[in-house]
Amino acid sequence: MATLTPQAPSPASTAAPGRGGIWEWITTTDHKKIGILYGFSSILFFVVGGVEALFIRLQLAVPNGEILSADAYNQMFTMHATTMVFLVVMPIASAFANYFLPLQLGARDVAFPRLNAFSYWLYLAGALFLTVSFFVGGGADGGWFGYAPLSTQVTEVVRMDYWSLGLQVLGVASIASSVNFITTVLTMRAPGMTLMRMPVFSWMVFIISFLLLFSLPMVTVGLIQVFLDRNIGTLFFDAANGGDPVLWQHLFWLFGHPEVYVLILPAMGIVSEVLPTFARKPLFGRSFVIFSGIAIGFMGFGVWAHHMFTSGLGPVAEAAFALTTMFIAVPTGVKIFNWLGTIWGGSLELNTPMLFSLGFIFLFVIGGLSGVTHSIVPADSQQHDSYYVVAHFHYVLFGGAIFGIFSGIYYWFPKVFGKLLNERIGKVNFWLMFIGMNLTFAPMHVLGLNGMPRRTYRYAEGLGLDVWNLVATIGSLVLALGIAVFLYNGWRTFRKGEVAGPDPWDARTLEWTTSSPPPEHNFDRIPVVHHEDDFWHQKYTTDEEGRAVAIPADLRPVVAEGPDEDIHLPSPSYHPALAGLGIFVMLLGLVYVPWGLIAVGVGGIGFLWGMFGWSLEPLVRGDH
Amino acid sequence: MTEAAHPPHPTPRDYWLIAVVLAVITAAEVAVAYIGVDVVKVPLLFAMAFAKFVIVVGWYMHLRYEKKAYRRLFYLGLIAAPILFGVVLFSFGVLIGS
Amino acid sequence: MTAMTTPDLAGPGGHHDVSEARKLAMWAFLGSEVLLFGSLITTFLLYRTRVGDGPSAAEIFDIPFTSISSFILLMSSLTMVLGHHSWERKDWRQMRVWLLATAGLGMIFLAGQVFEFTEFVHEGLTVSTSPFGSAFFVLTGFHGLHVAVGVMMLMATAIMGFTGKLREDGGMNVGLVGLYWHFVDVVWIVIFTVVYLLAV
Repeated sequence: MATLTPQAPSPASTAAPGRGGIWEWITTTDHKKIGILYGFSSILFFVVGGVEALFIRLQLAVPNGEILSADAYNQMFTMHATTMVFLVVMPIASAFANYFLPLQLGARDVAFPRLNAFSYWLYLAGALFLTVSFFVGGGADGGWFGYAPLSTQVTEVVRMDYWSLGLQVLGVASIASSVNFITTVLTMRAPGMTLMRMPVFSWMVFIISFLLLFSLPMVTVGLIQVFLDRNIGTLFFDAANGGDPVLWQHLFWLFGHPEVYVLILPAMGIVSEVLPTFARKPLFGRSFVIFSGIAIGFMGFGVWAHHMFTSGLGPVAEAAFALTTMFIAVPTGVKIFNWLGTIWGGSLELNTPMLFSLGFIFLFVIGGLSGVTHSIVPADSQQHDSYYVVAHFHYVLFGGAIFGIFSGIYYWFPKVFGKLLNERIGKVNFWLMFIGMNLTFAPMHVLGLNGMPRRTYRYAEGLGLDVWNLVATIGSLVLALGIAVFLYNGWRTFRKGEVAGPDPWDARTLEWTTSSPPPEHNFDRIPVVHHEDDFWHQKYTTDEEGRAVAIPADLRPVVAEGPDEDIHLPSPSYHPALAGLGIFVMLLGLVYVPWGLIAVGVGGIGFLWGMFGWSLEPLVRGDH
Repeated sequence: MTEAAHPPHPTPRDYWLIAVVLAVITAAEVAVAYIGVDVVKVPLLFAMAFAKFVIVVGWYMHLRYEKKAYRRLFYLGLIAAPILFGVVLFSFGVLIGS
Repeated sequence: MTAMTTPDLAGPGGHHDVSEARKLAMWAFLGSEVLLFGSLITTFLLYRTRVGDGPSAAEIFDIPFTSISSFILLMSSLTMVLGHHSWERKDWRQMRVWLLATAGLGMIFLAGQVFEFTEFVHEGLTVSTSPFGSAFFVLTGFHGLHVAVGVMMLMATAIMGFTGKLREDGGMNVGLVGLYWHFVDVVWIVIFTVVYLLAV
């Protein structure tokens, strides 16, 4: 049984012996490396989705735009949404969860490291599969929620086949990682880390894992039905022959609404970590934040039909779903007040992560309020499928999720890469994004209420839509500039960033107790937890008036006398990546039946080989 | 920290007995299915399917001997499904119409 | 989210019991599968009377035949749990016998399903005859796919038992395969009632 010397000096030296470079990344089972893989992939797709968005805005800049054809426009808005939801916001949350869940819990890895690697490779397979469709007949063009018959009408083009298969695979990847995270939280916490002492970000990851676990299977069935309707002639959503397209809407939104909270809860978790750190106060009403997260999780399953108010559900269902939709604003509101309570009277440090978190609160409140207006059925019937809806969900998804994620990037970057992102450039990044975001999406409220429907590729002159469309396009360019500044900041930091040290922010949770970047085994000694915000209590005590007083370094409790004796790390394995590759080949084959069946066979063998090799190989490095 | 009071696991003898019970219920199900009156038949069929379900999950899958955490994970799905799908079918008029 | 009073399964020093963690993960996965089959069954319930010009359920189902194949699948749960019992007692010989018996019963069930499907196609019910046909074939076919995966896992586990590769900490073990198998059986209990018996 091999044991690793805990003083592993640098990540590079911990590679599998004799192998290095790309092979090390392909075979890695280290949750931190997988987190980084998720992070870089999603930033890459963020750029792809951003370019698609810019095409849309350029087309709409002036009346009768000439840049895109109607067909190309359909592909752009479908793929923009699909990319941003499934290939950017979900995986980047997964990047943070992978990297920081074990660190925040005081664990050495997730519960199933190879399953974790498999999730990543499946995600990459699905993401590439969706994106390659652009080069073989065009990207998906039926809208991101693929309403039948737009998704089921059979044409020569295979676009929606790519879409339905790609999303299924992404779903399987997410189910696998949800199972993994749930098990990690329930079995891998350090001694003393009770559930209520768990950091709020970890809590939110725990909650979204349940949301994904129980919502994804429903859309999976819907997607299979779409695929079969297109390819073997089933009649699930074929209204002409007795099928019912509304069933698809149910199956999609039964997943789709919990999904909305899957996108926002990680950002809320990040904000709940960042605000206390830079307000230098504990999170106000911490248990309320957690319980309202749980409440959102449960209620998130009970509001799906508010997406379908114009589908003719009948007055009973409409009234019921209007009520649940209004109710779910309550736990969300609770969180807002908790965050405000956290910064109230704190000594705020307005650096970039904090600015993004404050921006999150501001923009998310706007998006949340416009969201509540949708719960009123008669009003929603007017707003439905108009730019008002587009404005609403970009305020919560861009102003909310993306701002929270950027806050997380600026906050945790020094932990992951050991260097601080530049503050000055970071502030420029924030203000460009903040101004660009409002310039782009605020006018869309007006456009929508003035009657501009979403998903139209042209509008005529003289309808009163010209000015605000132009403003929105200018805003989107400012936004793009902001993102470019961010990418520059990252690139510059890799070259000559300021070295961060283990705890640059004087932060509160366990990930900051270890070096930056953390050693492969995370902690020399598994921490023993005594408090919420345990690291804070190692550094500070309070005087009689409740003020924080730093404990001098030499008086702090001695945490570890020496490293743990036997540290077991998962061994690297190429089997997860092989299984992922097999799935990718199988998917390609499925689109081109009958000849593709050969590819299905080849891919199937690769997949089975990966799975069997995986189940037979030893679990722990050097353990035979 | 494990729960103290685990009931003893069943023995092979118990497993065979359970199989006999399951077989009897299945035979009863098929017989009941031929009753012409829906009001009698449908609740009976659902009750018997439910009984078989509980027996297999509880004894063969040992769920009643497992830690609470396992049970709750499964129950979440088990409770969510009928509620969510009940609402869907209700909105289509399937549950009240026919 | 239910886990407020969950027992702390983490062992001292952050080490955890791998097989306990696997079992927990399997239960979580099965919870997810409930929703998967729930969606398929819901689709079937919505479409069960939409038969168009094709045959209806009452016209086409052969209840005695399906009852027998259902019974066979039900009994495979018995052989599975006996295999599981021998595995816990480390009686490898017995375990292999029961596992192979379970796989065999599973294959008989699958053969019955193939026979049933061919019959139905001959009698004019295909996936594209009516929404009822689509929903029926996809629901039962999906279940059949699960049975097939289970048979493969049973065979693999039994063969690994022969070659001595079955390790206590291996990714695939009899405990997990058993849970999966029983679950697939339980789903059929529901399908048998909802799809077949209600149609009589």
